[in-house]
Amino acid sequence: MFDNLGQMLMLLWRTLRELGATWHQRRKVAEQLFEIGNASLLMACILSLFIGGVLALQTGPTLAERGLVSFLGQIVGLSMCRELAPVMMAVLIAGRIGSAMAAEIGSMTVYQEIDALKTMNISPVRYLVLPRLIAISVALPILVLFSVLVGWTGGALVASANYQIALSMEAYFNSLRSGVGLMDLLNGLAKSFVFALVIGIVSCQQGLSTIGGPRGIGRSVTKAVVNSIILILILDYFLTRVLMHLD
Amino acid sequence: MNPAVPHPDGVSIRVRGLRKTLGGQEVLKGIDFDVRRGEIFVIMGPSGCGKTVLLKHLIGLLTPDAGEIWIEGEPIHSDGVLDRHRMAMVFQSGALLNSLTVGENVGLYLSEHRLKPPEEIARVVAEKLALVGLQDAADKMPGELSGGMKKRASIARALVSEPQLILYDEPTSELDPLMAVTVGEEILNLNRRMKVTSVVVTHDRDLAFGIGDRIALMSDGRILALGTPAEVRQTPHPLLREFLTASFQFQPAA
Ligand SMILES: Nc1ncnc2c1ncn2[C@@H]1O[C@H](COP(=O)(O)OP(=O)(O)OP(=O)(O)O)[C@@H](O)[C@H]1O
Ligand SMILES: [Mg+2]
Repeated sequence: MFDNLGQMLMLLWRTLRELGATWHQRRKVAEQLFEIGNASLLMACILSLFIGGVLALQTGPTLAERGLVSFLGQIVGLSMCRELAPVMMAVLIAGRIGSAMAAEIGSMTVYQEIDALKTMNISPVRYLVLPRLIAISVALPILVLFSVLVGWTGGALVASANYQIALSMEAYFNSLRSGVGLMDLLNGLAKSFVFALVIGIVSCQQGLSTIGGPRGIGRSVTKAVVNSIILILILDYFLTRVLMHLD
Repeated sequence: MNPAVPHPDGVSIRVRGLRKTLGGQEVLKGIDFDVRRGEIFVIMGPSGCGKTVLLKHLIGLLTPDAGEIWIEGEPIHSDGVLDRHRMAMVFQSGALLNSLTVGENVGLYLSEHRLKPPEEIARVVAEKLALVGLQDAADKMPGELSGGMKKRASIARALVSEPQLILYDEPTSELDPLMAVTVGEEILNLNRRMKVTSVVVTHDRDLAFGIGDRIALMSDGRILALGTPAEVRQTPHPLLREFLTASFQFQPAA
């Protein structure tokens, strides 16, 4: 499945070497940012609200039975920012944005637009991959930050509204504030930055290596999304390990 | 002449022993030919014989399995050859970037390499579009154009870099006869005016014999005949004779 891991690393390297051209491509970066925000903000909001809510719902009653309900804010707060928001937002963006990137670049490959760029001495890496990679690695951490805040709110709503938990908003947020530090937030943002690189590179690489006409585009899209998600979940474990040591 | 200094006019091409296998099938089976500076070199042959694959080798989009290509005496895959000699290709399908307007497509080379200020680019784009009869299409999206219009826009895009070598893949397919003649004449004009070397792949016999300085007849990955139009017309090869003379015979119902 990861026969193209080498090609992906190669593409990442080639993109990083083009970083100097970012300013020249700023318009395309902005377009991509707008597209990502447009396609994902509402969904991210709904998703995060319910994740925070269900987290409170699952743990709240048990904590309440044992008289530990005052820790609920901390539990929801930490799970949200260290784990759930980065992973869930990455999965969402892989499905929403990674697929679109693979499809767009894939169709450009199939219809020889990439070849045309090359004959004009325009590097597809600089022209197509760079702006997408920059945009996604800026957008995903911002989205995660947003998701964390919404998720906390979701947890707070459920904690105060559910009669088995019955934790006031104030108590919830006090617990959250005492248990969640800036490092925890940065931890999640660091993860999401790596996930963004994964999604961008996997999707662009799949797009660029599309073969076999329009059906090949469909195959590329599927592979981009599936491979991104698998890589994200695997990397999540190892990143968690590494970041634990840094705390 | 020093090969490192680009020739102001067209470039010469030399191809020797070119072989390429794609998808398990040998598409080019040993191709040899030379294209002289500033000539119009036509490649004709039946569909699927490897013409497009051959063109892609000439501009470095594909790498040969065996054999070598020289541009102005330099191996095509040595460093910087493709940067030093400006080359352009008109793709069979046009290959305009779908996300850009026609005008942006035509000006892409200039804007992306920051060679000219925006007003100047707009002027050049308008001029090149007018040349192919598309002066009103600058703000259209490629999806709004017909096949023939896409092809003409693609020719305009190729001209913008003022190339020393233009590769045309089926420039007149999808064009009506009148437009085909116009495009043919334009290829001829460009070639005569700017001394640009042109390699034209086509099925269009009128075009081939009308503008070609020399013609290569290709079949099944090999070049079977090569020469001036007059010489090629005399080719004894039965398959090629058929290709050159076949015509539609209408049999009215009795
Ligand atoms: N990327 C590829 N992978 C596998 N086979 C290919 C590839 N590109 C071309 N071929 C095969 O090579 C042969 C020649 O293709 P090519 O496109 O050069 O034909 P052509 O002479 O340009 O035909 P036409 O006049 O119809 O455009 C065909 O049999 C085609 O199936
Ligand atoms: Mg072809």
